[in-house]
Amino acid sequence: MAAVTLNQVRKSFGSTPVVHGVDISIDDGEFCVLVGPSGCGKSTLLRMIAGLEEASGGEMRIGARVVNDVAPKERDIAMVFQNYALYPHMTVFDNMAFSLKLAHASREEIRQRVDEAARILGLTEYLGRFPRQLSGGQRQRVAMGRAIVRKPQVFLFDEPLSNLDAKLRVQMRTEIKALHQRLKTTSIYVTHDQIEAMTMADKIVVMNGGKVEQIGTPLELYDDPDNLFVAGFIGSPAMNFIPGKFTAGGIVAAGNVTLSAPAGVPLESGREVIVGVRPEHLMVSDAGLPAEVVVVEPTGADTQIYCRIAGVDVTAVVRERHTFRPGETVRLAPQLTFLFDPASGQRLA
Amino acid sequence: MRFFDNRNTLGRVFMLPAGVLLLLFLTYPLGLGTWLGFTDAKIGRAGEWVGLDNFQFLFGDSVARLSLFNTLFYTVVASIGKFALGLWLALLLNRHIPFKSFVRAVVLLPFIVPTALSAIAFWWLYDTQFSVLSWALTRMGLIDQYIDFLGDPWAARFATIAANIWRGVPFVAITLLAGLQTISPSLYEAASLDGASEWQKFWYVTLPMLTPIIAVVMTFSVLFTFTDFQLIYVLTRGGPLNATHLMATLSFQRAIPGGALGEGAALATAMVPFLLAAILFSYFGLQRRAWQQGGNDK
Ligand SMILES: Nc1ncnc2c1ncn2[C@@H]1O[C@H](COP(=O)(O)OP(=O)(O)OP(=O)(O)O)[C@@H](O)[C@H]1O
Ligand SMILES: [Mg+2]
Repeated sequence: MAAVTLNQVRKSFGSTPVVHGVDISIDDGEFCVLVGPSGCGKSTLLRMIAGLEEASGGEMRIGARVVNDVAPKERDIAMVFQNYALYPHMTVFDNMAFSLKLAHASREEIRQRVDEAARILGLTEYLGRFPRQLSGGQRQRVAMGRAIVRKPQVFLFDEPLSNLDAKLRVQMRTEIKALHQRLKTTSIYVTHDQIEAMTMADKIVVMNGGKVEQIGTPLELYDDPDNLFVAGFIGSPAMNFIPGKFTAGGIVAAGNVTLSAPAGVPLESGREVIVGVRPEHLMVSDAGLPAEVVVVEPTGADTQIYCRIAGVDVTAVVRERHTFRPGETVRLAPQLTFLFDPASGQRLA
Repeated sequence: MRFFDNRNTLGRVFMLPAGVLLLLFLTYPLGLGTWLGFTDAKIGRAGEWVGLDNFQFLFGDSVARLSLFNTLFYTVVASIGKFALGLWLALLLNRHIPFKSFVRAVVLLPFIVPTALSAIAFWWLYDTQFSVLSWALTRMGLIDQYIDFLGDPWAARFATIAANIWRGVPFVAITLLAGLQTISPSLYEAASLDGASEWQKFWYVTLPMLTPIIAVVMTFSVLFTFTDFQLIYVLTRGGPLNATHLMATLSFQRAIPGGALGEGAALATAMVPFLLAAILFSYFGLQRRAWQQGGNDK
């Protein structure tokens, strides 16, 4: 096990920059999730850590060692690929044993370590099968087995669950998390699914357009987003954004709807701002803002109300059961708001 | 008409022309050839059934036995050569090289040129007096006397094999290249993280993944080499001293210029068991792999 430190790591393909100077430090034993929209450079970053892609600049360390010029096989890392990359001509056993065999481990040691990994992952009865004869979830587990038999310093995962159906995805998510708690190996996990990130991570790195937007624990990112991107990316359903003007009496949005401003914000009057409200922070209350109901979706535990406030589409999640009808006007009061600068997207309050 | 509504009937009707053509142009000559092999037919004289006489005679005939040895030697050496060179070329072409598509097109050239034409080119290359090869080797100081490529039995064997390899390599190389391109790059990435060297990646990933294609392409290659005729006929006509006579060329020699149709046909028929054995070997031994069966997707 080892810490992983990235210092101003860059990558360009030809003349196209894809990763622009990324700084991340991941502690020993931490489970770090890289999350961001498609094409933001997550896989590229992970592949640079693995050594499958050469960094165009910056410094990468695994433990104390700078690994920029170290060959992939010398880095002592294991990677689980999105398509699993199992060797189709080898049995499950041989797939898992391959790295040990190349490292000239003894026969007994190979057998013992593969058996142990198979037991942890529930693959014991499939050891003699070929990858083609396995289900998607089982293949996924073999890919993990191949990684864990080696007892590497770092695990890398590139969207390992994206080929699975929703139910299996939730199950494997829990299994990977449990596995990490058991092995305590430093892990870097790439996903574009913020729920995966929130549920699994010790530390989340939110990326966008080849840059790091914010790094923090799941709850830090949720409670204290640095900017519009992170605020909108983390949380489901996503945060609502209502544009308006800052005044002494509150924030005036379209249609003269006035939202109360967070206390003690030193902003000049008349300044354009964006108000962010999480769906679960909108409460039905007589003192609230007028909202025209568009669609009501009860899920049982709570109810999602899609409505329009000040000409903006807004989602509210309420716990109480209401019998609102589309077209009706209800009043929703924001309990907690964030303020963002419309131009830079930075958080103001 | 109800008759044509039935899918099975309709299917048979559609297959009829193809069936008739196959029967006419494939089965009939093959059948006739085999039958002739059991008769004493000569050109201009219908034969009588003589049973295994022709085969018995050929078995005792030293030239026929030599042609069997030549054919096996030619097939084995040329096939191994084509496989080794073809695989090497395919691996080379699968890398990122400058002018990739141009190089790939050039590699196909020997395959496109008509055999007779390329044989004539080789004939010049191998000429006793005007051979470019001898000239170049002398200039480099490697030999002091021109090689008689087609005049010495062993030199002629290897010279014809070299020409056959030159002609056969593109087919093997391009087919193997197609096979190489179906191997997912992530397998190599996984292997390099697993600690495999370049050589180990080749041995443990490339080669096993390629075996089904190798089996198919080498079966075809062996069949074509075993039955080769044109190249030999243009280059050596079986000489010197029958050293390059293959079963195909000898069969023709005996049947048409020699007039012994029955004997020639028997010699040709004798090739069939070898060809069948090659097909069966590749089918059962190499082509079907457990890892390709089972499962249902991808
Ligand atoms: N080999 C390459 N050559 C050129 N551009 C590339 C190459 N690989 C990736 N890119 C570009 O780099 C950017 C980042 O790609 P990357 O695969 O890292 O995205 P990602 O964040 O993993 O996205 P996803 O969630 O869709 O997997 C993309 O715009 C992509 O087009
Ligand atoms: Mg990716």
